[in-house]
Amino acid sequence: MEGFMSVIVGIFFAVAIYLMLSQYIIRILLGVAILGNAVNLLLFVAGRVTREVPPIIGKGADALPASAANPLPQALILTAIVISFSFFAFLLVLAYRAYQTLKTDDTHQMRLAEPEDAAEPPLGY
Amino acid sequence: MAANSIPLEALEKSMVLAPVPAAHWLVIAPPVWCLLLGAILIMVRKRPGLQAWLAIPALAALVLIDAALLFAVTREGPVTMVMGRWLPPFGIAFTVDLTGALFNLTGGIAALAGGIAALGDIDRTKRAYGFYPFLLLMVGGVSGAFLTGDIFNLYVWFEVLLISSFGLIILGSERAQLDGATKYAILNLIGTTLFLIAVGILYAVFGTLNMADIAAKAPKLGEIPPLMTLGLIFIAAFSMKAAAFPVNFWLPASYHTPRIVVAGLFAGLLTKVGVYALLRVMVMIFPQEGNAYSLLIGVVAILTMLTGALGALAQSDLRRMLGYIVITGIGIILSGVALGGQTAIAGALFYAMHSMIVMLALYLMAGVAGRMGGSFSLHDLSGLYARSPLLAAITLALFFSVSGLPPFSGFWPKAMLVKATFDFGAWWQGGVILVSGLLTTIAVMRAFALGWWRMPVSGTVEPARIEASEAVPLVGLTLLSLGIGLYPEPLLALAQTAAAGLLEPTAYLHSVFPGLSPLGGPLP
Repeated sequence: MEGFMSVIVGIFFAVAIYLMLSQYIIRILLGVAILGNAVNLLLFVAGRVTREVPPIIGKGADALPASAANPLPQALILTAIVISFSFFAFLLVLAYRAYQTLKTDDTHQMRLAEPEDAAEPPLGY
Repeated sequence: MAANSIPLEALEKSMVLAPVPAAHWLVIAPPVWCLLLGAILIMVRKRPGLQAWLAIPALAALVLIDAALLFAVTREGPVTMVMGRWLPPFGIAFTVDLTGALFNLTGGIAALAGGIAALGDIDRTKRAYGFYPFLLLMVGGVSGAFLTGDIFNLYVWFEVLLISSFGLIILGSERAQLDGATKYAILNLIGTTLFLIAVGILYAVFGTLNMADIAAKAPKLGEIPPLMTLGLIFIAAFSMKAAAFPVNFWLPASYHTPRIVVAGLFAGLLTKVGVYALLRVMVMIFPQEGNAYSLLIGVVAILTMLTGALGALAQSDLRRMLGYIVITGIGIILSGVALGGQTAIAGALFYAMHSMIVMLALYLMAGVAGRMGGSFSLHDLSGLYARSPLLAAITLALFFSVSGLPPFSGFWPKAMLVKATFDFGAWWQGGVILVSGLLTTIAVMRAFALGWWRMPVSGTVEPARIEASEAVPLVGLTLLSLGIGLYPEPLLALAQTAAAGLLEPTAYLHSVFPGLSPLGGPLP
């Protein structure tokens, strides 16, 4: 199961990187969303993927059964999902606002902060 | 009651039962104080006048808390406090050593100066959009990152400061600002996501997230492939946060767009958080991997220094020039990290603290210059010396300081770093530090010659007044830089001790796991 999931994670990363290399903000944002999910899956797989073994220490034992999944990564994912979701929402609004103001979502044309024809510094008085 | 059925001995093994000493509450105090005040300020967001009255005393109190924490750490060594009384590695630990306390105090001073400067720079209508709440929340995130002893917690603090910085960078919503903010936000988010990937793999390898626990377990694993990969991901992630060479492009694209106070705070605080995390992870937690990658970090440092210095020379906008100078500073700090060894790390720490103070002051100075001269462009800026000799004096002092000339604070850490490179035999690295210093000197002195000495290109010169809200933080920070430059001994000694603590974290580990013999002893 872990092997299969690892391949899925790899595919997620590949898709995310491909999209983030695009010059259009909206594609980059889709890439960022998939990247966030790829990382969440990565954390999930890191904590073992097993079925139907509740992470409960039985009577008389003082440790989890070895086949149980580690519950901590799931807590980490929960944190990461909340964070990446809120960031994604912010980025979407920011991108939309930038699109409204700058009339483009093409990063090649978003040169307002760094004009291409910026004058060279004066060489003398 | 379930709690009553657990025997006391078992509880003692997993929880802190003794009451927490009052001094230890200081460890958690800076982030809690900032988050609390941030929440209160959000509640009074409709009353911008009241916000400033609350925020500035709060930031002053934060500086006092940070100073008390530093004092406690110099006396007792590293202090640990665990959340919810759960013993580490199960409870999230806040562990503060000298490095964290020093960064924290410097960051607090910078935040106070920024808060005062914002009184003039950010008018009441803009303040209603929440400058002070975001500032407090960001400072809370920064101090949390400096103080935490848990690597996932470090990631969470990164995100706290990042989301607050998003709020700050779009304050004003000008066209160029939206452009800069988009690039800043996306690239920084990718950087922190990279960090999260590293944390995930780290947990898979070690099964723990506590920094002290990992630092104790790492030497036993040796240089096995997952750790080398892990080290590389950490370096990539933190370099992106710190704006080191191949991943530095977001910084000059965005730092000149927001309000000048915001830009100064970002330049002072945020890149240094990346540097701090790099020091913590590659020097303290994974020293073997850090050594293995020292050549890589060294090359990155050199390229960062040169990109920054050459970029600064090529800019005609004062603020963009400062953005590149921030990058040069990061390169200088990284060269210390690359060398390793006590003098080099101490030099890097010292330089990072100097850079926090001086970069903020430089941006504030540029703000005043831009207001007086009516432009940030070196083509139009002129005659500032005649307008305000006080500003010219402050500017010259800050330019000397950032170029590493005595008697200001930039001189000593650079001298330490250059000496360390030559002692180490890495003369090429020391050479580049000196060359980048020379190029920075040329860039800033050209700005001084054009903007301050040159006769006004148009119109007549009328004396301009520096407002109190501009003068207080500027003069304060400049005097601080001068004071450190004239009497560096206490800070030098502290930086040396802090560096020794990073390189040999026995005291740090002992503070987290008091009952166990540190390094080599059995850990839970």
